[in-house]
Amino acid sequence: MGFPHPSHPRETPILSKYFGDAGARTLDGWRARGGYEALQQALATDPVDLQNVVKDSGLRGRGGAGFPTGLKWSFMKPDGKIHYMLCNADESEPGTFKDREIMRWTPHGLVEGVALAAHAIYAETAYIYIRGEFTEPYAHVTRAVEEAYAAGVLGANAMGSGKRVDVHVHRGAGAYICGEETALMNSLEGRRGNPRIKPPFPAVAGLFGKPTTINNVETLATVPYIIKHGAEWYKQFGRADNPKSIGTKLFSVCGNITRPGNYEVALGFPFKDFLYDLCGGPLPGREIKAVIPGGSSVPILTREEAENTIMDYEGMAAAGTLLGSGGVIVFDDKQDMVRQIARLVRFYAHESCAQCTQCREGTAWTLRIMERIRDGEGTAEDIDTLLSIADNMTGKTICVLSDSCATPVVSGLKKFRGEFEARIAANRSMVTVPGAFRATAA
Amino acid sequence: MSHGPSASGGALVAAPLHGAHHDEPHVPVFTDAARAELDMILSRYPSKQAALLPALWLVQDARGWVSDASMAEVADALGITPAYVKGVTTFYTMYHQHPVGRHFIQVCTTTPCNVCGAEDVVTSLLEHSGCGDLGLTSADGRFTVIEVECLGACGFPTPIMINNDFVESVTPESVPRILSELK
Repeated sequence: MGFPHPSHPRETPILSKYFGDAGARTLDGWRARGGYEALQQALATDPVDLQNVVKDSGLRGRGGAGFPTGLKWSFMKPDGKIHYMLCNADESEPGTFKDREIMRWTPHGLVEGVALAAHAIYAETAYIYIRGEFTEPYAHVTRAVEEAYAAGVLGANAMGSGKRVDVHVHRGAGAYICGEETALMNSLEGRRGNPRIKPPFPAVAGLFGKPTTINNVETLATVPYIIKHGAEWYKQFGRADNPKSIGTKLFSVCGNITRPGNYEVALGFPFKDFLYDLCGGPLPGREIKAVIPGGSSVPILTREEAENTIMDYEGMAAAGTLLGSGGVIVFDDKQDMVRQIARLVRFYAHESCAQCTQCREGTAWTLRIMERIRDGEGTAEDIDTLLSIADNMTGKTICVLSDSCATPVVSGLKKFRGEFEARIAANRSMVTVPGAFRATAA
Repeated sequence: MSHGPSASGGALVAAPLHGAHHDEPHVPVFTDAARAELDMILSRYPSKQAALLPALWLVQDARGWVSDASMAEVADALGITPAYVKGVTTFYTMYHQHPVGRHFIQVCTTTPCNVCGAEDVVTSLLEHSGCGDLGLTSADGRFTVIEVECLGACGFPTPIMINNDFVESVTPESVPRILSELK
């Protein structure tokens, strides 16, 4: 159906097929649409076989990092230890609101995927960690879990398989960083959401110190379709010449665009057609100036770059950016990039957990400098200082929040340097200081 | 008294609206139904501490905010120290450490909403709610307005959260009508 717009003929709605269809929210409604057939089938299948099907399908993590899902699952062995399955529903990356719609419209689809994945990694217990602000998705998923228990889909004898599958819903309380997988584990354990040093990786010591697999909502909601229809079926979606990016992907589109919302396309879709045909292009009388294609943490593209990009992992990498979470943020020619990049930096400065020095200090100082440039109080040296700080923030911390703060600054300076320089050149305090030769330096 | 979410650090205007004032004796939260709910939550985890965030939500649902005394009660129920509970509580933005207005309004102003005019929505909310500034409660105790980072509803700018409910596609013009429906 599509939501909030009807599906475009060029979309490939698999996950989004029932968006806007409230009948799909109930257990009966989900079963009437073919739901829980994959779980029934999977519970009678050896976990290794499930891991292999997902491996063969080419599915990669849809949360942002793009790690091969089947490979991640295959790290989990029948070692007799307690295992945990974790669903990361802490969707908080600015520009991304796809998991929200999956949970709002097809909560049973997620519960099915989570239960299936739990079996596939030899776990009896799974947790779905939902960000605190997502009250409506939380209510739908909680109701779905309750219905599934009442119907015997979950519990000690899940779907009559003789296997125990417990799924619990856990609500966060407001912290972007808890979308980082190890921060999420700490948060679920009742701690501050500080990311953990890796190794050990979650497959060795994750939630409660036990081997854990953590996947994004979209990834887990996709799995039942792969199990039901097979890896070969899934491989039909994507560019024929790019076996590394398989399947459909939900893209959330927001900012200065005619039809914001979620769109599901096969990977390999031309970004230009996506922006103009599906999303309706810029608002009347405006032009697109810049696009952040994969959530706020990935490098900014100019309009020209975006229009020549292919929407898959490799296409985005070739354009110097990342597919990320699929959160597309569009800026039109009315927008001041210095102001908007400063706003993004404020987001990261606010969300830093502050345990790593480079991030705690780096986000705070980057914010101060960006805001003084924005306010016309920047100096010519500020650009070099920003780049120097960004260098010190990249690849040096426990998690990538620090890198993510540096990214829009570095890519913004690379692509919209003129706007920074013009703002600095307009610094009246510099021009009016007698003998201030620096005033012309910009 | 802990600081509110106001960037200005200003004093709170309104009287507390939910439950006990600071100098009143603490009435335990975890009795009867709330205790039963906490016990049910505890059964989901291999450690008691894992119930900390859910327990704090139970407190906030019951009292409207999380006082130091409530934190101590949570600590006691979960076998951890009050200081530890405070450390965790303060990490997360959604737990109120002071009383707030009956309608707690969070406005997203992060970039995707910002480019669609979210700051004008904030201005309109502050003007029509009588709050005066971010983090302050209106004199009639009805409203507290804060700016928040990404609410995850970027396709519906500007989303605001009023207590537990989302209102999407808010504009400066629609603010007076939205507020008038909140008593």
